[in-house]
Amino acid sequence: MSGTEGYNFAYLDEQTKRMIRRAILKAVAVPGYQVPFASREMPLPYGWGTGGIQVTASVLGADDTLKVIDQGADDTTNAVSIRRFFARTAGVATTTRTAEATVIQTRHRVPETPLTGDQILVYQVPIPEPLRWLEPREAETRALHALGDYGVMQVELYEDIAIHGKIKRSYDYPVEVADRYMMSPSPIPKFDNPKLSDCPALQLFGAGREKRIYAIPPHTPVRSLDFEDHPFDIDHPGTPCALCGDTESFLDEIVTDDKGGRMFVCSDTDHCAERQAEAGHDA
Amino acid sequence: MTRDDALLSVRDLALDYGNGRGVRDVSFRLWPGEVLGIVGESGSGKTTLLKLLGGQLAPDAGTIHYRMAGGDMVDLNDLSEARRRHLGRTELAFVHQNPRDGLRLAVTAGGNVGERLMADGARHYGRIRAAALDWLERVEIEAGRVDDRPTTFSGGMQQRLQIARNLVSGPRLVLMDEPTGGLDVSVQARLLDLLRGLVADLGLTVVIVTHDLGVARLLAHRLMVMQGGRVIESGLTDQVLDDPREPYTQLLVSSVLAA
Repeated sequence: MSGTEGYNFAYLDEQTKRMIRRAILKAVAVPGYQVPFASREMPLPYGWGTGGIQVTASVLGADDTLKVIDQGADDTTNAVSIRRFFARTAGVATTTRTAEATVIQTRHRVPETPLTGDQILVYQVPIPEPLRWLEPREAETRALHALGDYGVMQVELYEDIAIHGKIKRSYDYPVEVADRYMMSPSPIPKFDNPKLSDCPALQLFGAGREKRIYAIPPHTPVRSLDFEDHPFDIDHPGTPCALCGDTESFLDEIVTDDKGGRMFVCSDTDHCAERQAEAGHDA
Repeated sequence: MTRDDALLSVRDLALDYGNGRGVRDVSFRLWPGEVLGIVGESGSGKTTLLKLLGGQLAPDAGTIHYRMAGGDMVDLNDLSEARRRHLGRTELAFVHQNPRDGLRLAVTAGGNVGERLMADGARHYGRIRAAALDWLERVEIEAGRVDDRPTTFSGGMQQRLQIARNLVSGPRLVLMDEPTGGLDVSVQARLLDLLRGLVADLGLTVVIVTHDLGVARLLAHRLMVMQGGRVIESGLTDQVLDDPREPYTQLLVSSVLAA
């Protein structure tokens, strides 16, 4: 590695990684609980994944294969920069294939390809506190978590139904982890919420600016909040992906011209490319 | 009714704000279905006493024993935070003088009424909404306003909404701090009428703080007169108001302007 002399493996020094690993262990032991940690300054701005990158640096080993996704895509600025960052500072192999990766750092999506028990999914989290917009005082939100006093979020969902006829929240949809803590799943679309539950992979969440780490251990029940008579439901535009024809995946709407032209394509670029390659192979 | 049936038993309650103000040596008992009025001038410790009863302030000395729905007597200040909060949204209710302190202004009227139910575990939208509509009707707010925010309500409506929001969980002890303060007389009269009806219908036990002796006479069965943080006189409402013993109470009663 040229230009990285004097840097430790995966950028962070070993003491920092130990500190972060201790926070991760605690987070795994108490699913959904936000563990404070001494977040470091990273060579990228807050909001670009400083929490996720610190968690990734702490769990990464020399023989890991890293994949980084940003809104489902492997080729956007955030994904490319973080992937290159670890390729340089840790010299690990990188990939865009979900099935080949052992550590996947993600911003705002869960891959369409089902994860396995050999994988770790690291989420970048901007605001870890699900109650933040309902209760501004940090001391009070901690008390509410400690007491399991989550009525205020239910009021928020009630308001959606009363005003819009249904729960309108479509991303960062609050969940309850292991029948105890309410947790923000980070701004993933609510389409991805069902994938969090009983997932074989370890899911870690890092919030750098807010200095919190939380986790969903493998095979943990995760329930999206709802009402008995307004159950949790996912949205789908109802059209197949224009490129690979998938009717099940989460779609991005792409505006193609200024005359109202648009197309729906898979948000998960790896998933879409793989399906297109398969289709081409068959033909 | 024996003396041991008391719903609330307060003994030697004291709180000093550090400047000699607060409350001192307050002891009283309250039986189910009773309405206790606390009167006195501004700064006499009325609201402080009410906040002590509601658990919003911790006393320096003294005890507040409350009989739970199950019959157990508990000291409100010995309860864990979790149990105190639970009690505060099920069995106790606190009606603030300014409805804006007791309401969520960014949340619709229906959400405001439903909050206590949801905090206590209700997860059926239809039933929560039905309860909200029922309570809006009981406090004389049109059903059509259920999805409006309290900021669009008049002062009297806000106060009635706050009362609905508190009573929806079927509390046993209601603490009211000047519920009619800041309302004009016709609205006051209507609110008093409503309160009197609710108290009678639901058999509520109420502690009501007021400086308005007319309100006290209409609602309260018993009165406590406070001055300088102490209870200087207490007794049946008519007795205290018609035949005051203490010089201060005599002054208070004679200060009321006859309309």
